Parts: sequence; C-alpha cells; structure tokens
Amino acid sequence: MATGVFSEGRAKISERTLRTDKWWIQPLITVLVLLAFIVYATFRAFENGNYFAEPLISPFYSPCLSTACVAGASLLGTPFGIIHIFGMVLSPALLILIFPLGFRLTCYYYRKAYYRSFWMSPPACAVAEPHAKYTGETRAPLIMQNAHRWFFYAGLVFNVLLTTDAILAFRNSEKQWGHMSVGTLVLLANSTFLWLYSLSCHTCRHTVGGRLRNFSKHPFRYKAWTFVSKLNHYHQNFAWVSLIGVALADVYVREVATHAITNWYFF
Amino acid sequence: MARTLKLRIWRGDDKTGALQDVTVEANHGEVVLDIIHRVQATQMGDLAVRWNCKAGKCGSCSMEINGKPRLACMTQVASYPEDETITITPLRAFPVIKDLVTDVSFNYKKAMEIPSVSMPADLKPGEPRMQQIDVERSQEFRKCIECFLCQDTCHVIRDHEENKKSFAGPRFFIRIAELDMHPLDTLRNRKKSAQEEHGLGMCNITKCCTEVCPEHIRITDNAIIPMKERVVDEKYDPLRWLGSKIRKREGIL
Repeated sequence: MATGVFSEGRAKISERTLRTDKWWIQPLITVLVLLAFIVYATFRAFENGNYFAEPLISPFYSPCLSTACVAGASLLGTPFGIIHIFGMVLSPALLILIFPLGFRLTCYYYRKAYYRSFWMSPPACAVAEPHAKYTGETRAPLIMQNAHRWFFYAGLVFNVLLTTDAILAFRNSEKQWGHMSVGTLVLLANSTFLWLYSLSCHTCRHTVGGRLRNFSKHPFRYKAWTFVSKLNHYHQNFAWVSLIGVALADVYVREVATHAITNWYFF
Repeated sequence: MARTLKLRIWRGDDKTGALQDVTVEANHGEVVLDIIHRVQATQMGDLAVRWNCKAGKCGSCSMEINGKPRLACMTQVASYPEDETITITPLRAFPVIKDLVTDVSFNYKKAMEIPSVSMPADLKPGEPRMQQIDVERSQEFRKCIECFLCQDTCHVIRDHEENKKSFAGPRFFIRIAELDMHPLDTLRNRKKSAQEEHGLGMCNITKCCTEVCPEHIRITDNAIIPMKERVVDEKYDPLRWLGSKIRKREGIL
C-alpha cells in the first residue's frame, strides 16, 4: 500500500520531490569526506606502526596501553599485554579507538550527517526517503544513541591525554624541555579542536546547566550554559574541523616517524 | 509589470489532481502569495488557498514552493531566477482538501494530547513570579505561529503515514520542552510521556524542522535535543536516576 507522500488522501503528485536545487550535493560531500576518513583511520589503526617519533605521538594511538607499543610511547604505562587475533598482533589503537569513535558515532551532529547521507533518512528536507518502515531511535541498535553522554565523558579523558601529549611535545627528541617544533603546533591545534568539539557538544550543554528548570538559582551554571550554548552554535563546524584535524595530526606524525619529513624546531 | 512568471500550480482534491501551467505577470517586490491572488483574480477564480495576515505571523499560507515547505507570503518572487518555472503544491504530509488547502487537523488532535501548564496548587492568580532568565528559553518556543511547516517536512510522518498515531512532531516537541522547562510547572512526567506517548525517540534529529521554521526557532538544538537529554537523565542514565532518588533533586531541576 502506498505510504508517505503517496498516501491515500494526499495531493496526487508522482515525483518524490519537486525540489529544483542541488539538494544531493551536501549528502554526497558528507559521504565522500566521511568515507575518506574511515578508510584512512582503518588503515592507520591496523598499521600498528609509524605512530611515535619522540616527542610526538599520533592521536590514533594515544594513550598507548599495550606492551606492543613502541618504547617511550606509553604515557599511562602498559596494562595490556600483547594480544593476538588470528595470528596477528592486535594494534594498540584498536584498544582505545572505540571511545572517540563512539563519541562521534553518537554525536547529535554526526547523527544528522550520516542519517541523511548514508541512510538517506531523509537524504534532504522534503525529499522522500526510500525506506518502507521507520522506527527512529526507539529500538536496538539505534537506541544505543542514548549512550552519547558516556562517550562524552570518555572523550573528555582523551582530550586531557591528548593535551598532555601536546604539552610533552614542548620537548626535543632527547626529552629536554623548552623546545617547540611544528609537531608541537600540530598537536596543540589538534587538542584545541577536540576541546572545542567536546565543549560545544549538546550533552555538555545539558550537563553544565541545560537540565535545570531554574537558572536563577544556579547563576554559575547559567553562565556556563550560556557559554556552552554559544559554542554549541558552531558544533557542526567543530565536528568537521576536529575530525580533519585528527587525521592531519596523524599524517604529520606518520610522516615524521617514517622520516619522510623532518620535524622542524623553532627553538 | 516587472516580469512574466511561469507557474505550475497543483489543482485537485483528495481523489485526483495535477499540476497546471499558468503564466502571470509579477511586479517588483511581490511575494508568491500575491501571485497566487493574481492568478485567482484573473485566471482561476475557484483556486483554493488558505491565507490571512500576509505578514508571516498567522501561519496560514503554508505550502510547498519548488518542493520546499514555505510561507507563500514570505517568499519573494525575486528569489527565483527569471527563467525558472515556480511549482506550487499543497503541503505533502497532510490530506489535501482542495488545491493548495490541506487538512491539518492532525496537529490540533496532537495539541490536545499534551496537558497544559500545571501551576502549584497553592499559587493564586496574580501570585506567580518568575525570573527572566528562567523563562527566556521557553519564550523562544512561544514564537511559534503554528504554520506546521516543521510538521510537513518531518520525514517521520511525511514519509510514513503509519507513524502519525505515535508521533507528535517537532511543533509539539517544542511545546513539551516549553512546559518541561517552565519553572513553575508541576507535572513531572513530561519527559516520560514525550518518549513513550509522543514519539520523541523516533526523531533522528536531521534538523529539517529547524531549516524550514519561518520564525527561526532552533527546534532541534533548543527543544528536541534538550528533551532527548532529559529523557536520557530519566530512562537511560542509572547514575542520574540513582542521584535523583537519593538527593531528591527533581525539585531544583
């Protein structure tokens, strides 16, 4: 039986949409950028190498928690031994990436992006989606989107660790403090973008004050909520900038680690 | 007359209908509703269109112009290229009555399902006092003119007629948010009913409602997502649930 815009009683129009603008460009770009990131991140997560060049560590491998990590790369020690799966050593990146991945996967902005572009639900506003049934986020697996706040909290821990990595990058390769290189700036920019992405998050906005009914009884939280609300306006921008920032930071560390480029020191 | 305009206007009823081509003159500065009125006056005397204020404040002239849900009175003809044919249809999420007029009674039924504000019993008329910072969030939602463009564009019901039973739609999520954020509202089950009765969980936050809102209400960011987070507080966050039981925090929330 016909449903949606072709339902009984609705205006008899045969087209799924009458939009004349190029509504398909935005979902197409989203698919291309996210696919490029997924392919690159998957390659790097499984590569299990070229992620550390004193004092720089790739954000994909930090914190490095396995005894499989290269010497000097483990900020928090190595609580995990070498794990073999199908005869291969498990990359240390695979132990931690579920947290940033989960944070982005359940992010309110990315949900909009991939529901529209990958699942076409809907591909664009007032463009009929191709699915016969729709239950939204009411049942498994999509009900797990409600776990966003837990990934948000985990993401904050990662931000602290990646900021620590950036601070540690104010050393030279002999671990002496008081130096700054291009890599330092790369890691600093990466951690800054990640903080902006996390602090502009809708869950952050809710946590700092959005859940209150009476702002007047909580003036400090009201100010915090107002600040986060301003950041929240740009959450989409921060989502993209931080995603690309992580990839570029990793590319830079990889290039230094493979000696393709030299990490140039300002002082 | 500034330009000659080519239009395709959908004409018909709930049984049959088709797009009809019309050519009409348009003056500089006119909006689509002006053009529809000119067509009505000169070529299609029985063309049905719902309108009222012509100022973007009554929400009556909602229709779809080149496939996008819009207010005809707020859509400048000049925003379309001279050689473009403008296609005008009724809202495609609701049953059509005639031509550009749809039956939006679905929305009124949903409105009746939401209990209005419930003030503390000991407050007498004239006594309620609220700080501005406590009510300004809700005031954004009071800008709603009930044009139902957000309802029309929401794919949950636009693309799935069967969901209309269990899904209230973005217009009513801002109503629920407005009441749940109201500092003096005493009803404490709004989050639960938003999720279980009004279908908040069906929203996948694709933000089309926000995109089409003529009042620029940030429906998704300021109402739907905050309500989803409040639902998580109650239903999917054991720590919050435990905290609310131990410290009885609901009163300050």
